[in-house]
Amino acid sequence: MNITILEGALTTAQVMLTVAMALALFRMIHGPRAQDRVLGLDTLYVNSMLMLLTLGISSGRTLYFEAALIIGLLGFVATVALAKFLMRGEVIE
Amino acid sequence: MTVLPYPLLTASLLLMWMTLNSFSIGHFILGAIIATVASWAMAALRPAKPRLRKWYLLPKLLGIVLYDIVRSNIAVVGIILTGRTRTRRSGFMTIHIELKDTTALALLSVILTSTPGTAWLEYNSSDGTLLMHVLDLVEEQEWTDLVKNRYERLLMEIFE
Amino acid sequence: MNEAFNLPFWAEIVVSAFVLLGASLALIGTIGLARLPTFFERLHAPTLGTSWGTGAMVMASMIFFTVTSGRPVFHEILIGIFVTVTTPVTLMLLAQSTLHRERAEGNPDVPASISKTPAADSDPKEA
Repeated sequence: MNITILEGALTTAQVMLTVAMALALFRMIHGPRAQDRVLGLDTLYVNSMLMLLTLGISSGRTLYFEAALIIGLLGFVATVALAKFLMRGEVIE
Repeated sequence: MTVLPYPLLTASLLLMWMTLNSFSIGHFILGAIIATVASWAMAALRPAKPRLRKWYLLPKLLGIVLYDIVRSNIAVVGIILTGRTRTRRSGFMTIHIELKDTTALALLSVILTSTPGTAWLEYNSSDGTLLMHVLDLVEEQEWTDLVKNRYERLLMEIFE
Repeated sequence: MNEAFNLPFWAEIVVSAFVLLGASLALIGTIGLARLPTFFERLHAPTLGTSWGTGAMVMASMIFFTVTSGRPVFHEILIGIFVTVTTPVTLMLLAQSTLHRERAEGNPDVPASISKTPAADSDPKEA
């Protein structure tokens, strides 16, 4: 009985995060401006990092922690690089 | 060059190394070597050393900020879930801040940006003007008070 | 998979609550990102997921692994610290580049630059 509570919570959380990732993807595709897409990408990264943490809990292994850390790092670097590009690259699309 | 130019940095790097790996003698030695070399590298960059005047006020600041983030989270969740009510008005505002210490300013920017509801946009270091964006700009004076009295005063006490 | 779940009832409830809290904050933040009308309003939405969204999830993971492995596990706190430190940097850079772009287009909705003097710190980006 106890098992179902945590499993149910984890499944619910994963469904919620999937919906969140889909919404971030929508913002990334829909735009309207380049900065909105970058913000969508950043949110997508954060959501997938949280998703990896829930996967780590549901598998009971700490392996996913490293993956989450790397996703976080990549998201940070990617967003900073894109923001810098928006500022210094082309100004008007 | 002293052996340990940044003792606090070395200690926190060592702690981070051991939390990432494991708490054992071997990792303690390896982590200590890496942390010491990293602190030498840091010293070679010669950053301005932050001066902490009243470090014992830092936990108080942390408590205030965590509480404010919770409050602001609830407020922003309310704004998003109730939809686009026309009573809400978001906008830009400028604040004149007297903080000069760069570490304190960096801390203030982290506080303001990680609080949902306020975002730090631009800061002019020559005259100390800060441009920020507020999601729920009902009373501009209220936000000015929040930044100036709640955060800036405490940061000034800690750093200046 | 199931042998990892032999944890006491209270821990189960606490972990579930934190996981659900984190996921709902992330979801609500992303809903905000999708439906708020202007860019600067959208800028506030992801911070829900990065402040207490991540915080709650990290807390859940820490409690879970501490209880199941029987020794204090707190390396997840590094994710929390890392996200707290990096989010302001990305959002500030993104906001500044947006301001720059909007000003270059002459959009009247954004305020004029506050750094009048060329010696101001935003100068190197203009170069």
